[in-house]
Amino acid sequence: MSDHNNNAEKYWQANLRLILGSLVVWALASYGCAILLRPMLSGIMIGGADLGFWFAQQGSILVFIVLTFFYAWRMNKLDEEFGLQE
Amino acid sequence: MDQFTINLLFVGGSFALYFGIAIWARAGSTKEFYVAGGGVHPVLNGMATAADWMSAASFISMAGLIAAGGYANSTYLMGWTGGYVLLAMLLAPYLRKFGKFTVPDFIGDRFYSNTARLVAVACLIIASVTYVIGQMTGAGVAFSRFLEVDNNTGLIIAAIVVFFYAVLGGMKGITYTQVAQYVVLIIAYTIPAVFISLQLTDTFIPAIGLFSNHTESGIPLLQKLDEVVRELGFTDYTADVDNKLNMVLFTLSLMIGTAGLPHVIIRFFTVPKVADARWSAGWALVFIALLYLTAPAVASMARLNLMTTIYPSGPTEAPIEYAERPDWVQTWETTGLIKFEDKNGDGRVQFYNDVPAFQEEATARGWEGNELVVNRDILVLANPEIANLPGWVIGLIAAGGLAAALSTAAGLLLAISSAVSHDLIKGSINPNISDKGELLVARISMFVAIIVATYLGMNPPGFAAQVVALAFGIAAASIFPALMMGIFSKRVNSTGAVAGMLAGLIATLVYIFLFLGWFFIPGTASFANTPDNWLFGISPLSFGAIGALINFVVAFTVSSMTAPPPKEIQDLVESVRYPQGAGGAIDH
Repeated sequence: MSDHNNNAEKYWQANLRLILGSLVVWALASYGCAILLRPMLSGIMIGGADLGFWFAQQGSILVFIVLTFFYAWRMNKLDEEFGLQE
Repeated sequence: MDQFTINLLFVGGSFALYFGIAIWARAGSTKEFYVAGGGVHPVLNGMATAADWMSAASFISMAGLIAAGGYANSTYLMGWTGGYVLLAMLLAPYLRKFGKFTVPDFIGDRFYSNTARLVAVACLIIASVTYVIGQMTGAGVAFSRFLEVDNNTGLIIAAIVVFFYAVLGGMKGITYTQVAQYVVLIIAYTIPAVFISLQLTDTFIPAIGLFSNHTESGIPLLQKLDEVVRELGFTDYTADVDNKLNMVLFTLSLMIGTAGLPHVIIRFFTVPKVADARWSAGWALVFIALLYLTAPAVASMARLNLMTTIYPSGPTEAPIEYAERPDWVQTWETTGLIKFEDKNGDGRVQFYNDVPAFQEEATARGWEGNELVVNRDILVLANPEIANLPGWVIGLIAAGGLAAALSTAAGLLLAISSAVSHDLIKGSINPNISDKGELLVARISMFVAIIVATYLGMNPPGFAAQVVALAFGIAAASIFPALMMGIFSKRVNSTGAVAGMLAGLIATLVYIFLFLGWFFIPGTASFANTPDNWLFGISPLSFGAIGALINFVVAFTVSSMTAPPPKEIQDLVESVRYPQGAGGAIDH
């Protein structure tokens, strides 16, 4: 039983780390590149606008999609590694 | 064939399809009625979620908002998509594992408290009812514009259609109808956008066209747009925003509000497994992004098109004569959504930003005020006409706008009726009700919800424009934090959760009421709704994120001072964290 608990605890910690890492990227793309860091990125031009504008209107959405699929793929693998899949 | 017949064919055809699906997917049990039997494929659920989520506001209003605000209104694009990342990682898989039917179900069980359940039911009903009013009025507008009936008749037609498939099919009927509605709305949105992108940039993917060269002038489209609007006294389209704190908080409020909206969350109860709930969130985002990546392109291109229609020889030359205005301007003038007033009596249409900073230049050009008012909601609806596209594209837009409004309305009505029948009647008033009895109560409460929504759509309370802020504020400040703490903390107890939800909710409501009027009664606002009066420059629309923070802080503080939750509740938290042992086995 304690083995099982230990295993489950490790699984949950791995999940929390994955969520934390993903949310850092999530915040960097939207609040970072698209809003707060926009003035710093203004030198990088992309199709008539600056990189910050691109992140605000397109880039962040693309990052969100990649993150969500990455999380699903990693977690579904973790489920199996820890033997906790359905 | 005249335009009316074409519109009728498209709208009628799409409705026949929805009816067919409704008859095929009737619900026979509460499980089918609430969660479509729990067997929806993750990709199909993603599609249904996208239709559920993308409302009349996304389809009709969002491009107009971005066209008007440029970069500053990118908040809607990020806010209404970023919430799915939170949903995918923080809520959906665990709530699917929990395996019950509604959002208050989880809050009531996890916080072992009927008070918590009832607070959740109240938040859910206020958020969903305010939201559904907008859908019904949106459907009414679409009907009246394209089918030439009056607004109220349009609303009643919409109500009958929703009634038919939502009451009959429950979540099962709604799910498969939403899949069809997604296909209709995405085709309707994309086709005119592709043509406009081709006309302006020679690029057939609008999202790429947005960052391409404007064919006529040879310079980048966005640069061209900046130049044109600047000549007429408007802020640059790509201009940065000064109040970054407010922009961040507004985006954050939209994101956590999105993740906390019950009609979106319950869609993830319909997939077979926890792993499917994770995939499904990704697919939902892909299907939403197909529209959300096109919308900013539509916005900038439609704005440029509008400017070049009024100033065919460029913004520094004379605008068009009123007598020579294009047909689409005349069409929309009859609806009152475009208004012209010849202030300087020269017979031409002066369209510019009437602000003090531009006064001198306007006077020099003999202008005596802006003469054209364009309702921003018409940009998407008028797109096919602006781009001179054939009549069938207009019919398609009509069907698409209605699909967007009706699919969201149906999802909201289901969230409301399941909260009433499952949480209020079965959960609190009569726990011994039979499955058949509960199903009947669910259908009756759905029927009542449709009547209320239709009535409110016909007699919109004066605050119709503000209610969306209210829905997001409530979802962000009360529902999202309660769900998240219920999953990620074993320590938060019933006292803490109830105190947190109430604190977040009340703080958000009070802040909104201070600036928008107490209970939205006109003239009762304590302060004028201007940035000078806002606390730290935070607008009432952005306060949901602060409300959520208050909820978290209060819940943790109160919990730490009171007894921890009992052992079986801590075990419940454990069990939702691990996918193993969920299956479809947990029934009531």
